[in-house]
Parts: sequence; structure tokens; C-alpha cells
Amino acid sequence: MALGNALMDASSGLGLILSTPFIGASLMILVRRAPVLRDAVTMITSVSLFILVAMLPSNSDGAVFVLAEPISGLPISFGTEPFGKLFAFIASGLWIVTSIYSIGYLGQKTDPNKTRYFVCFALSLGSTMGIAFAANLFTLFIFYEALTLVTYPLVAHYGTPESRNGARKYLQILLGSSIALFVPGIIIVYLFAGTLDFQEGGVLNGKLDPAFTIPLLLMFLYGVAKSAVMPVHSWLPSAMVAPAPVSALLHAVAVVKAGVFTITKIIAFIFGWEMLASSPGANLPLYIAGFTVIAASVHALQQDNIKSMLAYSTIAQLSYVVMAASLFLPIGGLAAALHIAAHAVAKITLFFVAGAIYLKSGYTLISQLNGIGRNMPLTLLAFTIAAASMIGLPPTAGFFSKWFLLQAAFTTESYFTVGVITISTALNAAYFLPILYRAFFKAPNEDQKSFGEAPWPVLAALLFTAALSITFLAYGNAIMELEAPIFGSIFNKYD
Amino acid sequence: MIAQHAQILVVILPLLCAPLVLLLGKSRIAVWFTVGVLSVNALLTWWLLLQVLTIGTLRYSLGNWPAPWGIEYRLDPLGALLQVMIASIAAVMAPFLRKLLAEEIGSSRQYAALVAFILLTAGLLGIVATGDAFNVFVFLEISSLSTYALIAIADKRDALLASFRYLIVGTIGATFFLIGIGLVYILTGTLNMDDLAVRLPEVSHTNTTQIALIFVTIGIAIKAAIWPLHAWLIPCYSYAPRGIVAFLAALSTKVALYALARFLFGVFPLADMPIGSVLLEILQLLAIAAMLIGSAAAIAHSNVRAVLAYSSVAQIGYITLGLALATSAGVTAAIIHMFNHAFIKGSLFMCIAILATGSGKHTLESLKGLGHRMPIVGIALLIGGFSLVGVPLTSGFISKWFLITALVQAEKWIWIVAVLLSSVMSIIYVWKIVEAVFDKSDDKQVRSYDLSVDIPIVLLAAVSLYIGINSSALVSTAEQASKWLLGMP
Amino acid sequence: MDSQLYNYWLVILLMMTGLYALIARGNLIRKIIGLNIFQVSVFMLYISAGFIREGAAPILSPNVDVYSNPLPHVLILTAIVVSVATTALGLALVIRIKAAFGSIDDDTLSYSSGDSATELSIKTQKSSQ
Repeated sequence: MALGNALMDASSGLGLILSTPFIGASLMILVRRAPVLRDAVTMITSVSLFILVAMLPSNSDGAVFVLAEPISGLPISFGTEPFGKLFAFIASGLWIVTSIYSIGYLGQKTDPNKTRYFVCFALSLGSTMGIAFAANLFTLFIFYEALTLVTYPLVAHYGTPESRNGARKYLQILLGSSIALFVPGIIIVYLFAGTLDFQEGGVLNGKLDPAFTIPLLLMFLYGVAKSAVMPVHSWLPSAMVAPAPVSALLHAVAVVKAGVFTITKIIAFIFGWEMLASSPGANLPLYIAGFTVIAASVHALQQDNIKSMLAYSTIAQLSYVVMAASLFLPIGGLAAALHIAAHAVAKITLFFVAGAIYLKSGYTLISQLNGIGRNMPLTLLAFTIAAASMIGLPPTAGFFSKWFLLQAAFTTESYFTVGVITISTALNAAYFLPILYRAFFKAPNEDQKSFGEAPWPVLAALLFTAALSITFLAYGNAIMELEAPIFGSIFNKYD
Repeated sequence: MIAQHAQILVVILPLLCAPLVLLLGKSRIAVWFTVGVLSVNALLTWWLLLQVLTIGTLRYSLGNWPAPWGIEYRLDPLGALLQVMIASIAAVMAPFLRKLLAEEIGSSRQYAALVAFILLTAGLLGIVATGDAFNVFVFLEISSLSTYALIAIADKRDALLASFRYLIVGTIGATFFLIGIGLVYILTGTLNMDDLAVRLPEVSHTNTTQIALIFVTIGIAIKAAIWPLHAWLIPCYSYAPRGIVAFLAALSTKVALYALARFLFGVFPLADMPIGSVLLEILQLLAIAAMLIGSAAAIAHSNVRAVLAYSSVAQIGYITLGLALATSAGVTAAIIHMFNHAFIKGSLFMCIAILATGSGKHTLESLKGLGHRMPIVGIALLIGGFSLVGVPLTSGFISKWFLITALVQAEKWIWIVAVLLSSVMSIIYVWKIVEAVFDKSDDKQVRSYDLSVDIPIVLLAAVSLYIGINSSALVSTAEQASKWLLGMP
Repeated sequence: MDSQLYNYWLVILLMMTGLYALIARGNLIRKIIGLNIFQVSVFMLYISAGFIREGAAPILSPNVDVYSNPLPHVLILTAIVVSVATTALGLALVIRIKAAFGSIDDDTLSYSSGDSATELSIKTQKSSQ
């Protein structure tokens, strides 16, 4: 009963959401000697986090929950807001799936660092919740940095020299860019606007010389390296040394989406659409993102390592979101939100599949996949669906998000965006379809062992996320309704 | 009675304690007696800080001779804050030193080290407590002499050489300082710092005043290890006994920087002096060079103590830059970082001291995997490292926030780039250490330590975290101190 | 040349002599001697400043009106104590260094376990003094 009352109120709801992953992590440390119990705690924590997020009332009244005040005038405060709620919803929902997958994936081997793995996973999700519900840029930044630090042990999980090198690069680029550009950006905003609160219409409007607007935005674009805009993208391929579930949830959903989420939030609620649209050089971010889309797609085409290919594909897809936001229109914001959701479910499936293949066969290269569809038909079916979504074929999720992205591009008559989307769709097809051809139609390599499907938790997880990609129509509308208060409805235009 | 004399007691107590410890000699009471006295002292400084913050600057005439004839002790917000920092760190480190000194120096000479340590504390407190320029020199030399002795006390070859070379350079610095205050004394006939501030403006354009300022600045800059006068610091921090270095790295350069701030803003009429603005510009340039070169050298070294020593050179650059901006925000940032860095570097050197006890070596290789063996020390090292980088929710972030804010307000855009570059470089050298310490591939068997060693480390690391989460008390004190220092209402 | 100022010229001469010995001499004992000369020059500076023409020694006496300033003397008394302590400590260190290295020539002394960059910085410092 008390819990029910608490959930009615957004403030205590937020408190619960933010503390759940940390309580879960502490419990996991306590029960580290009993693996079954620890796995159970992971599951319970992820499920309860998802329920809490789902039950949270979505009003956008600004800050409702203040944790501390490190610098006077700059509290760590949280609020509920539809865009953040969507991000939290996606991350916490997919965490459940990833937990199931992780238990199956790591269960095969005796791994002494498993507790650290699950604890850091919970902490990453806690940080992601902090990012999603941050009521001001300062809070968001704190959890952004926390996310970098708690994911480091996950990336370096295997502890081999190779994984440590990758993890070091990961940390140094993310931390370095944020300290070098994000922090001064925040300070400049604070000095000019006098506040860092996220407000509709932006806080900088009229307080900053228009000539400095786009340079400041570029500082954020590169300072928030998690959004992987070139040339600060190289941490993402480096992070692929991590175990598959980490790449799946963190480097396809939580971490990278935290980056584009931050960028979109900054564009919408710190600068404000109108201010940016009328600033000199307003097209520059669009061109940078568009270049990243094409360049990353070309890179993806050249990769033989499955996970590297997926990483470059992620870089390209992230820049779709940046492009959507850089149209500086509420409709662009809506397209960004939709693409965050659509790409999340598709890319996590692809990483799950890559992990499942590695688990059963040890294969990491595309060239090794000849005929693998015969060994793992269900896994490859999931791959096919997710790949279709990445290319943007109907009726998958990717089709709808691309549709709205194009609609937003046409609204602003940004034919550059239309061109980039067209070319990149072709490139997407060019690097996904040959894999499918290899897997289903080519004869297996001579030395190939025979093996079957991955363990059931792994298989169940990837089939579930694949299903999410084709049932997007069922919930896509709900997302649009959720986001309508802040980004407006896509149909308003024609009323 | 005590309340009235608290200001002088803070310096007298350790000075009296030192000979007593010498008399107590090797008995076990000596250490706990020291801890007791230093703790009382620390409480006194806290009480004084509260006094200063509520009723303003405290003045005390030594032997009832009124200023400017007699020696005056004066405690302003900045001094009170630094006294709290010095006395608290000394009190916390005393039990830590007990263990380490016994190990490194041998119990037979442990008490001698303890005496020097107490004298060093007294000297540092004295520099801050006094309002008399010559007294600053005397206390500077008390602290320096004890430092030379402490560095050499382990009787190791390299430490002896480091100590001797530091003695030569340090004495040159102190003598330069002496020349500087001699010149202003000749000009004005007073040594009281407040009185000097009143009388120097009349002669602010004379060559003698300019020369005096240069001598004072160079003299203190040597003690504060401002680049390029930092070279003594590297071997001293690299070869001195491990426990001692933690204390030196935490405090000695900070106190010299305090003296620099006092003389630049509280004594010399910089704004009226022809070379005033030039000097500040030069200090800014040196600070930038210190940050970049210090950080680069820290990246290049593999000896952890040398890494941290060069990092100190860079961090001293941050403080100098804040001071040399000579704006309220800049000086506030410098004071905040002075305070934060003392705790950060102190705890880092303590962690390294403990981790290196087993092997006696300080290379990255020799520290491998020790963070897993000693998790408390490992976590404290992590907090210290994050703080050095400036990760949010640690004190280092607060420092950097205010420094960059000050630079933005002063519109020093190129300096900002340098500060940020140096911060990014700090990630590289900090992570080098963190990665080695938490490297699981190397499993060493090491002794674990008792609480008397862990608690001081945890306390210093906790200060870093606390300031990172709630900095308002420190910031408002620093703001008050900088206003007072710059003579603003 | 103003005869009043000749002792200041002496101060400068001593100061330069001391600094030269400090920098140019490799022998540690000579360095300490140089340091002492350097410090003494500063003591002279203070004492000279305290002198007042026609002034008597600052001892209270009924038939004297003008005294020299006693304060510099007192200050320098303190400074001399500091200087003596420094010299003593320096000499003690030299004895130890002789025992440990077998030499007191600065040019032949170097850190054994240190890495080369540290030594380099010491050398540069020496030349820049």
C-alpha cells in the first residue's frame, strides 16, 4: 500500500528508480558467493526497475527530486519528462532481456569476475537512469561521466592486454572529450544563461551572440563523444573488445543512446529550436552528422569482424539521430526519439546474434559465416529481421523511424538529409545483404564443425528483441503520443 | 584565557611538543603524545576558523607590544582555512607516519623523524599565522630545515643527494626572500605586513620596490616549485621516505603559494607598480608552461612517485594561474584548489606509500595488482586519481569548475585551452597508475595493514568526496578569503 | 662614487662572489662556503641599512641623542642562527654523502635508481641558477 502511494508521486518514484540499481548492486556484492542468488538479484532488480519506470507519471514540471547540491546554485536534481522517460523505458526494458542473455552467455564458462560484471551492469543502468531523468545539464553531465567510469570494467572484462588497450582508449576518448569540451561548454552556458535547467524553448535564447551559437553547439557535439560523431567516434570500435551482452546493451543502447539523447536534449532544451535555426552556420552540425553517416557506412562495408561492422553501423545510425535533431525542428526531435527506439531494438538483436554465434562456434569474422544459417536457423532469422530494420524495410521499426526522419527533412526542405538517407540506405543494404546470402546460401567451410542453437536464455533474448522490431507498429504510436507534449504531433503540420 | 591566546597557541603547541618528544625518545608514548597534541591543535584551528568567519580578522600582539613595533599575529579567512588544512592533515598523518617511519627509518631514529615532523608542522602553521614579514622568513626556514632533515633521515644515497641539493636551492630561495623584505624594510622602516601595505604605495614607483617584489617573488617561487624553479621537487618527492613525501606533497608547496598570495596582494601595491601587471602576466605564462610540461613529463615517467611529483608541478600551475589572474574569481579558484589538492596529493602519496611497502619500489611494474590485495587503499587511490582528473563528484571537479569559470570571466580563452589540455593529459598518467594497480594478471602476496594506516587514507579520500558533493562551505570561505586578500569590501 | 654607498657595493661584490662559488664549484663544501658568503652579504645589507650617520650604538645613554637602528641587528641575529643551522645541516649531509658515494664532487654524484629524466632536470636547474 505504501509502495502504491509512493508510486503515485513522481518525486518518490524517481527516488526509487534511481536507487533501485544501486540497491541491486549492493545486494549482488553481498550475495557474491552464491551465483544463483546473484543472478536472481539481477533479474529482480531489472524487472522492478522496468516496472517503476513504466509506472512513473510523465508530467514535465521540471525538477521534482533533489539529491545534493555540489556547487551552490547547481543541484543534482531530477524530473520526469517524456523524452527522458522514453529513454529510460527502452534502457530498463532491454536490461531485462540482456540480463537473461548474460546469464546464458556467461553461464558457460567459469568466470571469476562475474559478480563485478553484474554489479557494473547495474551501476551502468543506474547512471543511465540519472541521465534520462536529469532535470538540468549539470546532473546529466555527472551521470554521463559516471556511465563512462562504470562501463570501463565491463569493456575491460576479459582482462587480456587487447581488451585493456581497447578499454583504455574507450575511457580516454570519452573522459578526455568530455573534460576538454563538455565541461567548458556547460560553464559557458551557465555563465551566459544563469541556469542549466532544461526548459522548453531553451535557456540560452537571446542571451548569447548568434555568431557563437553554432560553435558552442559544436563544442557539445564533440564533447559528448558518446554520440560518436566523427572524428570522436573511434572509442566505439575499441569498445568492441567487451563481451557481447555489454556491446549489446551498452554500446547499442545505453551508452551511445545516452550520447544522442544528451545532444537532442541540449539542442531542444538548452539552445531551443528557434534560436538554432536562425543562427549563422546552422547547417554545419547537419553536414557533420551527414558526413559521419556516409563515412561510417563505408567503413562498415570494409569490416570483416562482425562486431566492428556493427560498431560502424551504430556510428552511422547514431548520426541519423543527430541529423534529425540538427534539423532544429520539433518534428526532428520526434524523429530522433523514434529512431532511438527503433535502432535500439534492432541493434541489440544484431549484437545478441553476434554473441550467440561466437558462443557456439567461436567465429568472429563475416568470412567465417558461410552456411551458418543451417546450424542456427532461428538465430539467423532474428538477424535477418534486425538487418531489415537497419536497412529500413517495412514493416520493421527502422522503416517507420526513417519515414519520419524523411518527413522532417522534407518539411525543412533539407535535401542534403534526404540524399544522405538514400545513400546510406543503399550502403546498409550493401553490408547486410551479403551476410544473409553467405549464411543461408553459401556452402559451409570445409573445416566447419557442426553445432546447434545457442543456450535457451540467449536464444529467447534475441528472438524477443527481433520480435520487437517487427511489432513496432503496435507501440510506435504510443511513443509518438508520449512525446507529443514536447515535440508536438507529426500530424499537427497538416491540421 | 585559552581563547584569547589560541591564535599563538596553534604555533606554540607544536613548538613545545617537539623537545618533549625528543625527551620521551624511543618510548611508545612519544607517538601518541604527538598525535594528541596535533589533534588538539587541529581542533584549535577549526575553532579559530569559525571565529574568523564570524567576527573577521583576528589580531594578536606578541608580548603585548602593539603593532607595527611589536610582532603581530593575524589570522584572516585565508590563513584560518589553511591552518585548518595544515593542522588537520598533520594530525591525521601522524599515526600513519608511525607505522611507515618505523619501517623505513628504523625504530632507533623514528623519534628524531617525529621531532622534525612536528617542527615542520609548526613552521608551516607559523608562516600562515604571522603578520610580520621577517617572521615569515624565520618560519619558512624552520619548515625548510626540518624538510631537509626529513628527506635525508632514512640515510639512503639518493635521498641524501636530493636533500643536499634542495638545501642549496632552498636556501638561495630563502635568502632571495630575505633580500626582498630587507629592501622594503629599508624603504618603509616597517616589517608588519599590513603596515607595509599602507606605506608601500607611497614608494610604489621606485626601482627598489620593483626589485624587492622580484626578489620576494623568485624566493617564494622556488619554495613553491613554480615552473621552471621546480627541479628540486622531483628528486625530493622521488627519494624521500615514503611517509614523509605524503606530508610534504600535501602541504609544503601550498604554504609557499599562500605566502606568494599574501605578498602579491596583501603587501605590494601591484596595481600601482610599473612591473605589477607584467609580473602577473609572466606568472600566468609560467603557470601554463607548468601545466603542460608537468603533465607531459608525468606521462613520460614510469616511476609512480616521479609521475605524481610532475603532476604536482602541473597542479601548482593551476593554483598559480588562478592567483595570477588577480581577479576575485581567479583567486577563489586558486584557494579552492590549494585546499583540494593538498588532500588529493596527500592521499595519493599515502596510498602509493602503502602499496610500495612490500617491494620498496615505485615503478608501475612493482605496483601491479596490489589494488586487489588492498582494496581500501585501492579505492582511495581511485578517488584520488579521479579527483586529479576532475571527475564530477570529486573535489578536483570543483577546483576545475571554478578555475575555468574564472578564466571564462577573464576571457582568457587560450589559457582555457591549456588548462583543458593539461586535464586531458592527466587522464593518461592517472590511468596508467590505476591500470597497473588494478591489474589482475599479477597476483602478489603482500602484508595487509592495520587500521591506523587505513583510517588516515580513508579520511583524506573522504574529504575529497565530501567537497565534491557539497562544496558550498569551502567555496564561501574561499570567496571571503579572496575578497579579503584583494581588499574588496 | 658616493662614499655613503660603498658598503652596498661591498654587499653586491660579496653576493656575486657567493653565488659564483655556489654555482661554479662542484665541491659540496665549497658550495656551502659560497652559500655562507651569499648569506653574509645579505646580513651586511641589513646592518648597513640600520646605520645612521653620527648615530651611536643603540645602548641607552643620557648623553646620546641619535642611535643607530637596533632592529636590523636583532633581525640579523635571528638570520645568523638560521644560517648556522643550515650550514650545520649541510655539512652533516656532506659527511653522509661522502660515506655513501665516496665523493663530494657534485659533478660525479648522480642518483642511482632514478631515471635519466630526473637527472636531466637537475642538471638543467644547475645551469640555470
